[in-house]
Amino acid sequence: MSTLRVIVTAPTSARVGEVVEIRALAQHPMETGYRRSSEGEILQRDLLRRVECRFEGELVFAADLHAAIAANPYLAFHLKLPRSGTLTITWAGDRGVAHSESVRITAT
Amino acid sequence: MRAAALGLLVLCAALSSAQAQRLSGFDFMSPATQALQKDDAQNPGFLWLKDGQQRFDSSCQRCHTAASLRGVAARYPAMDSLLGKPVTLSARINLCQTRHVKGKPLAPESEALLGLETYVAHQSRGQPVQPPVDPRLAPFVQQGRKLYDHRIGQLDFSCAQCHDQQAGRRLAGSTIPQAHPTGYPLYRLEWQGVGSLQRRLRHCMSGVRAQPYAFASDELTALELYLMQRAAGMPIETPAVRP
Repeated sequence: MSTLRVIVTAPTSARVGEVVEIRALAQHPMETGYRRSSEGEILQRDLLRRVECRFEGELVFAADLHAAIAANPYLAFHLKLPRSGTLTITWAGDRGVAHSESVRITAT
Repeated sequence: MRAAALGLLVLCAALSSAQAQRLSGFDFMSPATQALQKDDAQNPGFLWLKDGQQRFDSSCQRCHTAASLRGVAARYPAMDSLLGKPVTLSARINLCQTRHVKGKPLAPESEALLGLETYVAHQSRGQPVQPPVDPRLAPFVQQGRKLYDHRIGQLDFSCAQCHDQQAGRRLAGSTIPQAHPTGYPLYRLEWQGVGSLQRRLRHCMSGVRAQPYAFASDELTALELYLMQRAAGMPIETPAVRP
């Protein structure tokens, strides 16, 4: 299992019911499996396959990623903040990649 | 008083028109790519910056602080008295590595070196390029200038022919920029990663079918030195994004 370098941008506090923007950038080559190296060998597929975002355990956003998504995928989405809580984003993919990152958002 | 104010106004106008003639590669990009550079949460260069910051915090903080690095990248390449020749920022990081940290030099274009260079250069973001006033640099600037004007490769092109004479026009689908290296190390969409100015220069050289100079060679250093003198006064953008 290997981890990723990620940057998650989210507000640390917001009003209850406010729509907040969550942004997640992950460093990953997103190798399609269709390309060849300069020696002619097929470059093995290495993709992030699934990104999930949970707010206090409840799934609020998910995405399936495929070949043809550029390297270092950036995802942004909106969330209506029900209460204070922890937002956890997980990335999973080929070669046993699994990484999660949490941010605490305080509702006022 | 009024005449002085008018004079100042004319001077400002003259200066701004002189500035308008020099454009960063940023100004030639599409609005979408510009937006990617302007937003720190989206700019993938920040992933390399984050890596560099971790490396800096763990191995450089005994001597340096982030604040002490402000403006440093704007002054490089600079003279190294011991070597008696100019060194680039990445070469300086490697000299630090061998002279003070007593470690092995980091490989060119390695993740470690790019990360550290990005982090150090980022501390000068927004500051104008300020080449050092050092008479010892003069022959090396001259060498860089000569390399810039010299035709090379099977296609027999010099840097100047594209980046001075044809800047703003198109080479196939891409706009030819003016070659002001203010954003390096930068994230190139074509590379899908961060790379150094020397990688870019070597890319140009193989593009005109010439044998590229080696990483950290005196020739690439001289070229980098000349380009930074040419870009004097333009703001540092590291980590920039380019198509």
